Amino acid sequence: MTDASVTLEPASRAREADNPHSPVVHFGADRPLKLDAGVELSPFQIAYQTYGTLNPERSNAVLICHALTGDQHVANVHPVTGKSGWWETMVGPGRPIDTERYFVICPNVVGACMGTTGPASTNPKTGKPWGLDFPVITVRDMVRAQAMLLDHLGIGSLFTVAGGSLGGMQVLQWAASYPQRVFSALPIATATRHSAQNIAFHEVGRQAVMADPDWRQGRYFVEGTNPRRGLAVARMGAHITYLSDAALHRKFGRRFQDRDNPTFSFDADFQVESYLRHQGISFVERFDANSYLYLTRAMDYFDLAADCDGVLANAFKDTQTRFCVISFTSDWLFPTSDSRAIVHALNAGGARVSFAEIVTDKGHDAFLLDEPELFAIVRGFLEGAAKARGLPPAR
Amino acid sequence: MLMRPKRDLTMAEAARVPGGARVDLIAVADMVEHGAKVLDVGCGDGELLRLLAETRAVDGRGIEISREGVNECVAKGLAVIQGDADTDLSDYPDDAFDYVILSQTLQATRRPRVVLEHMLRIGRHAVVSFPNFGHWKIRLKLLFGGRMPTTDNLPYAWYESPNIHFCTIKDFRQLCLVVGAKMEKAVALNAWGRALRFNAPWWFWNLIGEQAVFLLSRREGRPHRVD
Repeated sequence: MTDASVTLEPASRAREADNPHSPVVHFGADRPLKLDAGVELSPFQIAYQTYGTLNPERSNAVLICHALTGDQHVANVHPVTGKSGWWETMVGPGRPIDTERYFVICPNVVGACMGTTGPASTNPKTGKPWGLDFPVITVRDMVRAQAMLLDHLGIGSLFTVAGGSLGGMQVLQWAASYPQRVFSALPIATATRHSAQNIAFHEVGRQAVMADPDWRQGRYFVEGTNPRRGLAVARMGAHITYLSDAALHRKFGRRFQDRDNPTFSFDADFQVESYLRHQGISFVERFDANSYLYLTRAMDYFDLAADCDGVLANAFKDTQTRFCVISFTSDWLFPTSDSRAIVHALNAGGARVSFAEIVTDKGHDAFLLDEPELFAIVRGFLEGAAKARGLPPAR
Repeated sequence: MLMRPKRDLTMAEAARVPGGARVDLIAVADMVEHGAKVLDVGCGDGELLRLLAETRAVDGRGIEISREGVNECVAKGLAVIQGDADTDLSDYPDDAFDYVILSQTLQATRRPRVVLEHMLRIGRHAVVSFPNFGHWKIRLKLLFGGRMPTTDNLPYAWYESPNIHFCTIKDFRQLCLVVGAKMEKAVALNAWGRALRFNAPWWFWNLIGEQAVFLLSRREGRPHRVD
């Protein structure tokens, strides 16, 4: 890692990748992670956060799966940005996912950059960051690694698995791969496969990163550079897809930023431009460009039906898991039709499924935002599941 | 529009047993065995599902067309999805449920026959409750008023009613014959949804029942035509 210390910022990020501000479980050569790519990742580590207390019966564990640019810091101050946790409105004492009742675990996914092994982590064979030598990973690999973490923690079955977007994909993969370990599942704003349009958006983002001369074929840590412009552009483009036309119009309209007239230049005249630039710049501070490539790729490859000869219903055949599928009206990245396809497959498999579509103009990001109806539905669903699981009522 | 037309039940809404349950729903629940697996089509705010869960320990699921109804149900912990009886019943596999219930919704479906056929395909039993358009008051209103009848329980004017396929008890019995359903039980209800518990011939029920509840089953060996 000595090379990386030439620039300040990648160094701090690399530190987080190897020695994060989170508990870490190391999996040695005796416990390799078998990847869909046909290779083994070993040794590797998983960084995770927990909240609440595991009950003596070990029946109240909740697994939170984070989204593409999320991490394990669900409900605590983020060690790099200093901002509050990404799902603090949902997870915490008295929140819908109540940490006074449930034991919440959120691991950083494989391929990410906040302490679980990924391209920013040190490759033990070379002593340098993995970079593009890191194997391509899939959502199933992420889930397989999480199952190993739970085995290590002695948690057999999960009361619920919850997550949105890429997190929701992991939820569905959990229900398909380990149905007997998942008592209930909350896939939010997600799909059983990434659409062509979404793959296309991801490709634009990846090309933006790779077009940055500072990317250096993924060797920027070693060469002391940082493809911040490329990653920022990727984030700007992606961020538009997380919002909606209506939300952008409501927030920014055509208003100017700190000026009354256009400057007849390419400055950020409009508030929306300034906002996007800010989104791009602040993202670069906390995220690794190569991780962005790997995680978007994992989403692109996700297709649950493909694992079951193209019949999605077979992925959930005879499942006993209780599902609550949630979508948002203005989400055009993972539209309601994607959620309906999940519900359709679950119904065909005779599963116990609830499905709610929430009216909002906030787009895909709505699952992260203050949506009282979302909270009420999650709370009610978990309440019903807790009763069925025999968990004591809330204090 | 396929949500359970709430305003159609204004009198029944007012009639509740001491436990708080609507009496017309009790007549429906009475048709369902303890511990059964049940699908309530057009489940509204989930009151019947809740009643069935509490009094009969059923494993209940619901379909409801209105988003508000669905979200209210899910927040209550009920397994309910947003869907339309006319289009979404085909998603369910054969014999998935012991009972499929259609409470006060048949008259609002676009294709009642297809809906009923699907119910008998998905469930071993079907329970159907509907307002009886053969009730004497309705007949008199049409006969002497000369206009489409409205009543306390069916208050909509013809041009804004969600109820597009009214039928009488006699009509419904005929539909049962057409789709090959076996009538296991039938009960007529008064305006408040209370069951009329005495024996009478069908023509009489068709005249004095404001609503009816039928328990149907598939006739053995008879294939079910579903378009």
